[in-house]
Formats: sequence, C-alpha cells, structure tokens
Amino acid sequence: MAAPSNPLKVVLPLAVFAAAIGLWEIAVRLHGIPPYILPAPSLIGTTMVADWPLLQASLLTTLKTTLLGLALAVLGGVCLAIVLSLSRIVEYSLYPFAIVLQVTPVIAIAPLLLIYMPQDVAVLTCAWLVAFFPVLSNTMLGLQSVDRNLMELFALYGAPASRKPLARFRSRLKALWYLRRPAALPAFLAGLRIAGGLSLIGAVVAEMAAGSAGAGSGLAYRIIESQYRLNIPRLFAALVLLALTGIALYLLLASISHRLLRRWHESALTQEK
Amino acid sequence: MPARTALPHPMNATASTLVSLQDITKVFANGVMALSGFDLAIRTGDFVSLLGPSGCGKSTALRLIAGLAEPTTGHVTWPGSAHEDHRSEIGFVFQEPTLMPWADVADNVWLPLRLRGLSRQDARERIFESLSLVGLQDFAKAYPRELSGGMKMRVSIARALSLKPRLLLMDEPFAALDEITRFRLNDDLLKLQRELGCTIVFVTHSVYESAYLSSRIAVMSPRPGRIVTEATGEMPGPRAKDFRTSARYAALCAEVSQILSEQTDEERA
Repeated sequence: MAAPSNPLKVVLPLAVFAAAIGLWEIAVRLHGIPPYILPAPSLIGTTMVADWPLLQASLLTTLKTTLLGLALAVLGGVCLAIVLSLSRIVEYSLYPFAIVLQVTPVIAIAPLLLIYMPQDVAVLTCAWLVAFFPVLSNTMLGLQSVDRNLMELFALYGAPASRKPLARFRSRLKALWYLRRPAALPAFLAGLRIAGGLSLIGAVVAEMAAGSAGAGSGLAYRIIESQYRLNIPRLFAALVLLALTGIALYLLLASISHRLLRRWHESALTQEK
Repeated sequence: MPARTALPHPMNATASTLVSLQDITKVFANGVMALSGFDLAIRTGDFVSLLGPSGCGKSTALRLIAGLAEPTTGHVTWPGSAHEDHRSEIGFVFQEPTLMPWADVADNVWLPLRLRGLSRQDARERIFESLSLVGLQDFAKAYPRELSGGMKMRVSIARALSLKPRLLLMDEPFAALDEITRFRLNDDLLKLQRELGCTIVFVTHSVYESAYLSSRIAVMSPRPGRIVTEATGEMPGPRAKDFRTSARYAALCAEVSQILSEQTDEERA
C-alpha cells in the first residue's frame, strides 16, 4: 500500500468507532437493558470467546463457501469473457442471456437451488451465481476497451500475412495476450472487488434460506438459530464475525488491485502535491 | 543510389519510386467517398506532406499506404520491391502517442519487435538504439504517465523506428502539442530523416509545418480528396537556424496558402 498520506484518516474513524462502542456500553448499563434485547459490547466480546469453538467452525464454513464461490466466479467469468471476446458468434448467442441472469435477483432462486441440490452445493452455487456476473461483465468491458489505435498498430505489425482462419485465430490470441489482457486488468479488478462482497452476501442468503442445522452450518445459520433461541449475544457475535469477514475480504482484494495497478493506472496513483 | 544524388529531390528524376498510388478511389461502407482520382508517387528519400482541410481523406490515404485499408478501386504498388507484405518496411505514428499505459517506455518500443517474435533480450539493442535516436535513452524504465506530451510522442516515434522502416507514415503527429515542443520535434524529425535516410509521408493541416518540413507538399482538395497540385519545398535534412524567418520560407508558406484558399473558394462557389 502507499504510505498513509494522513494519519487522521486512520485515527478519526477509529476514535468515532471507539466512542460509539463506549456509548453503547454506557447506555446498556445505565438503563439496565436486558441482554436478550440489546447486549452490551462487553457481553458480545465474552460470548465470542465462550462460544468460539462453535463460531469458529461456522466462520470457516462461511469463509470456505465465500472464497470457493469467488474463485469459481473468477474462473468462470474470465473464461466466458475471453470466449465471448474471441468469437462474435458466441458473443451474440450467449451474452443476452448473461444480461438476463444478471438483472434477475438471483438470490431469489436460492430456495429453488435447495430443492435440486445438496445443501452445501446449493449454498456454494448461490455464492458463485451472484459473484459471477460482476466478473463477467467487467472483464468483458475491459477486454473491449483497448485503444483502437493500438489495435491498428497491432494489425500493422502483428497480423498474419495469410488469411487462413487458423492464422487469424492465432493473431486474435496474440492480441488478447499482448493488448486486451493488460487493458482489461483494471476493469477486472473492479469487478473482483464487487464480486468479493457479493459472494459473501450470496453465501449468507443461501445459508439463511437453507436454514438447517448440522456441523457444516455457517455464520448465517448461527444468526437464525440464535434468533430462535433468543441468544442475542451470540447473534451479535456472529454478526460481528460476518462484518469482519467482509472487511478482510475487501481489504485483501483492494490491496491486490493496488499492487497490480500502482505503476500505471490512474485509480492507484497518489496525487503528488 | 549515386553519390551525387544522395539527397533525392523532386527535381531529381533519377530517384526511384518507393510507393505509388494510382487512380485510387475509396468509398466507405456508409457510402462516403473519401478519395477519388487520388494519384501520388512517393520517391525514395522524399519528405512528402499531405496537406488539406479536415476530412479531405489525408488519413485515409495514409492508411491505404500502410495497408490498413484496401482501396475501392485503383492500386497501391511498391515498384522496387519483390515482397508481397510491406508491413515490416513501414513505421506508423498516430496523432495520439498511442502508448500502452501498463508498459514502460522500453516495452512500448519493444512491441513491434515482440510481434515479430523477438525476445526482450534480443531486442534490447534495437530498443536502446531507437530510444537514443529520439533522445530518450535515460527514460527506458519510465511509464508513459510520467512523461510529458512531447516525450510521449518521441516514444511513439521511437517505436515506429524500432523496425528500421524504409517508410515512415505520420498522421498529424504533432497536432496536439504546444508550439515550442512542435518546433523542436520538427527539427528533430528532419535530423532523424538525414540520419536514417528513410522516406517520410507526413499528414498535416498546418501550412507552416508542411512548408518547414517537406521536400514536397501535396495539396489535397476537399472531400472526395485528390492531389490538386504539388509545391516544391526545401531539400530534406536539417534546416538552417534562420529558416523560419527567411524570405524563402515566407514565400513558400504564401504559395501553399494561396493554393489552399483557391481550393476552398472553389468548393464554396
């Protein structure tokens, strides 16, 4: 990461956060709010420690689903984007369906997936589905956003002399590797950051829809379960873990993006004053 | 080439024709006729400017020479060459520097060589040579965003020179630059041509630039473009220090402006 330009940027939000937690704790104690309505932060902390074995297993399950879903989404999204960009015929025949699926709130098909698939597969599929389209559409946008003059330059220096289909295909592959791949990187990484968050959302929603207990149940299931049992401190503890997972995922993807783009892309440059 | 005629000049009939465009018509898919009855013979060692109003087909003519587009009728021929494929003999410079922002200067210059299958190791000398020609040998590791507009254009020229082209095609390369930078690059370009002995076709809409640079100024009509007439400029090679203020230069500018305004008047009438 670039050197932190201004320490206030880190200190101020932390101070606000600490103040909010402090106020919460004071309010709960002053008014004697029962923990099944609103637990104090300290109680959430102790619950987190006490229930850690249970919560940890759930965290790992959710994390695994999220990351696997994201990885499969990247794999599928990038591969499909490349195929679509290499062949007009494939693009024309498939892309409209990709858009239809993208604008449909795929979360709503989670119950349907649960009918057709085993629970863990259904949850994974749901995470994959919601993360897939940002990767696909952003990568496609990136692959198409090569400077037209650069493509001309490529035609001048790199296109094959022969007009055979195979030679033309190979020249397309070359253009893909030399020009489209690096040009697509910023858009792909933007899609990846969106997909990371969505993959977690997909996993959570699917877990909630699945709603069945067992050793392999994730954090979202713990939240539902704690709600039924009025174990509100545990509900909060699970919620905190989910929030931390989201933050960690975002930071990870943002730093990958920064690392890859810092030498040349506008988005990663720090303004010199 | 005989020693006496080391500097080919329009007056010099012995200079061989490098590329010849004969009776070219170019109609685009949308029905617009860009060129009609376009004839031009580019001789080895020429510095030809294609001068004309916006949209007269200057760039189209350049693209036809490069083989980036096919003429609708007519022929582009290379009389002195047995090859079918002339792309390795051509360097192309666009109006924009058109650099890859993700690659450093050396890698940008490497691109044409890389597409010809040269590894970075094998291309290293050629890259350095090209960068030295434009005075950027110390900037090989810089990224395009770190360079000024004039330096980016130099990189673009270095890239075009990396294949050691016999023919350098330039499409309004300095139009987006400030005047100070443009004047300096004008002089550098003339020096480069002297050093490399390449032939240059230079598209511009500036009377002054064409009069300063060219050995031949081909004035084009408004669309559909054709060469209306040719003015003879200075010999190729560096200009004397006071050329920009000389009477010869002023007269040349006046002559070319006159031809150009006759063209536009004709169209209005």
